[in-house]
Amino acid sequence: MRRFARRHPIWTAILALIAAVLLWLIFAIWPKGLSDAIGSKKIFLNALFNGITLGGLYFLVASGFTLIFGLMRNVNLAHGTLYLFGGYVGFYTASLTGSWLLAFPVTFIVVGFCGIVLQFLVFRRMEGQDLRQTLVTIGLSIVFADLMLWAFGGDFYNINPPEWLSGPLKTFLVTGVKRDGTLIFLKYPMVRLVIFAAAVVLGVAMWLALNRTRIGMMIRAGVDDRDMLSATGTRIQVIFVGVFAFGAGLAGIAGVVGGTFQSIAPGEDTRFLLASLVVVIVGGMGSIPGAALGALLIGLAEQFGSVYFPTYAVVLTFLIMVLVLAFRPQGLMGKA
Amino acid sequence: MTSRFLGSLSVVALLAAGATAASAQDADPIKIGVLNALEGTYAVPGQDGNRGIELALREHDHMAGGRKIEIIIQSTDTTPDSALRGARKLVEQDGVDLVIGPLSGSEGIAIRDYSKTQPNVTFINGISGAMETTLVDPSPNFFRFNIDGAQWSKGLGDYVYNEKGYQTVATIGEDYSFIYTQVFGFVTEFCAAGGEITDRFWVPLGTKDFGSIIAALPDDVDAIYLGLGGGDAVNFLNQYQQAGGEANLIGGTIMVDGSVLTSEGKAKEALIGVPSSGPQADTWDDPRWQAYVKAYQDAFPEDERFPTPSLFATGYYNATNAALQCLDTVGGDLSDGEKKFMDCLSNLKLEAPTGLITLDENRQAIGSNFVTEVQEQPDGTLQNVPVKVVENINQTLGLSPEAFAALGLPSRENPECKSSY
Repeated sequence: MRRFARRHPIWTAILALIAAVLLWLIFAIWPKGLSDAIGSKKIFLNALFNGITLGGLYFLVASGFTLIFGLMRNVNLAHGTLYLFGGYVGFYTASLTGSWLLAFPVTFIVVGFCGIVLQFLVFRRMEGQDLRQTLVTIGLSIVFADLMLWAFGGDFYNINPPEWLSGPLKTFLVTGVKRDGTLIFLKYPMVRLVIFAAAVVLGVAMWLALNRTRIGMMIRAGVDDRDMLSATGTRIQVIFVGVFAFGAGLAGIAGVVGGTFQSIAPGEDTRFLLASLVVVIVGGMGSIPGAALGALLIGLAEQFGSVYFPTYAVVLTFLIMVLVLAFRPQGLMGKA
Repeated sequence: MTSRFLGSLSVVALLAAGATAASAQDADPIKIGVLNALEGTYAVPGQDGNRGIELALREHDHMAGGRKIEIIIQSTDTTPDSALRGARKLVEQDGVDLVIGPLSGSEGIAIRDYSKTQPNVTFINGISGAMETTLVDPSPNFFRFNIDGAQWSKGLGDYVYNEKGYQTVATIGEDYSFIYTQVFGFVTEFCAAGGEITDRFWVPLGTKDFGSIIAALPDDVDAIYLGLGGGDAVNFLNQYQQAGGEANLIGGTIMVDGSVLTSEGKAKEALIGVPSSGPQADTWDDPRWQAYVKAYQDAFPEDERFPTPSLFATGYYNATNAALQCLDTVGGDLSDGEKKFMDCLSNLKLEAPTGLITLDENRQAIGSNFVTEVQEQPDGTLQNVPVKVVENINQTLGLSPEAFAALGLPSRENPECKSSY
């Protein structure tokens, strides 16, 4: 942090200024002129929080994608399929057992197992052949999308969160003052806050696991130089299978999350594949902090776009991608 | 002996074969091409459209005008170019005699334009509902037996103002032509009744996260009009409940159709009691409708259909029925550029399950519309219960053609909210 500040004093100043303005926007009671100019504080705060929580969801999907790519150089274009399948598994687990929480471990295991199967049957057979892997996974995603349409139909599935999570939560943030002087507090959906907190915990845990444990060390070594790692006697295939299962399981869990605050239906697979591709391109291929930053940026861009300039909201995401590709092609956190 | 016997047998066989060939020549089948969205967002409603066709054909024993009917189904994905490609294939490769379809608004406009290049083939719309298709530059061989998106709004504005007492309404809708058309119909009537539209929000088709839009909805309006469909509708309702939204809702036609009302989960419960309008009402007690619903339920097993036919099934059913009735009338005669057949369609008085449908001079349907309310049925399903039937709605919504033309075509901001038009 201090080193960054010393090396880039101007950037640090700009970032500090942005942070200060943001904090003021969040905590201060807005003067009337500001509300008139850009809409009420309630809209701004909601867009901000929604962008962050949506970023949390994107992070869950994209982190598995980026981990698999970083370690194995596998472009797994069936990643969206794993997301969608996870959503369906989660829906049936939650409605059969009545427990929303149970849906997460069950989905993680089931979809993680699918990842293992995929690694054994597909990727191991064509190791190092990027183009073949890409084509085969595209093919698989089309076949499985149709199989799922056949099995689950084209209906929209909603996973119901438990009672204590449904409905809004009154936060301590002030959005305005009523005429009689009482403060209006922001109400925010409980379930989104919990999902965001879970994404943060998971992200931190992944970062710790990668940077502070022996397995993490091996994975990082594999990302940097796979051949050298296997030459040291590490059983790299076991690590591959483990990482693939973990990445797939994360996509499955993301499916449950997505089914809870959005919905699960045919077509969601390609949407989330595209979202994770954009996130990973913006953040940098193979980098977990990059995936977090990319997911946050894309989530915020979508939400602020939809409120402040709805016509161009769709373009905004891709604009960010184009800018990143133009000025920093390896991604914001990627290694050159 | 054996060889002579074999010889005469083969002569008999040849004669018999010749005879069947000759009789087949008399009445070779009529080929009907079907354009239907069986891929993408509307795949499920599209399948129900096919059920409508199947039902109409079964009621006619797959025969019309003494000739067998052969169906060729071509799938689209609701984009105009897929519809165009499909129509080309049906007409130019398969050589169909008539085309039934398509399903979605912009597809309809593309097919209308294509139909002008094929004047000897009849095109009957499936269920696409854009206003322009038959209003602007209509094609002489394109027929539409369903009323359009603005007609589907008829009666709703009046009902929510006078019966529900909503005076100010904000609208939120998907940003494309069909929803503009629906809002057009709602706004003209609601404002003429005395209501006021405070805001119009437009979101891209396929929006999944409505969190911020929901926060931006004004608190001080009487109700919010929802022009969303399919997955967008489900996502909106889900997130609206999570955000603790409590405003009164008004539904556009596809906000409350079968695909939303049969979705899994709790989201749809926010729709109970919501007023809406559309070309049919699930529980209408009219005997024609009841007979149709029963035929639909009997024709398909319960797990392969909706509880009652969706408007997509009804649209395709009516289109197919119109075609078969006219084929009967002209005795299967499609010579001379199908002229007799097209004349018959133009003047047909179609006794549809939803009431009488006739065509205007642009070959656009004049028919009934239903103001409905979503109610929970004893078996736990949600259905549209009719509260009012408005009959005989023409495309100009009862305005004179000049006054209607002065309104301009539907768009984000058009028409303005005025007390008279």
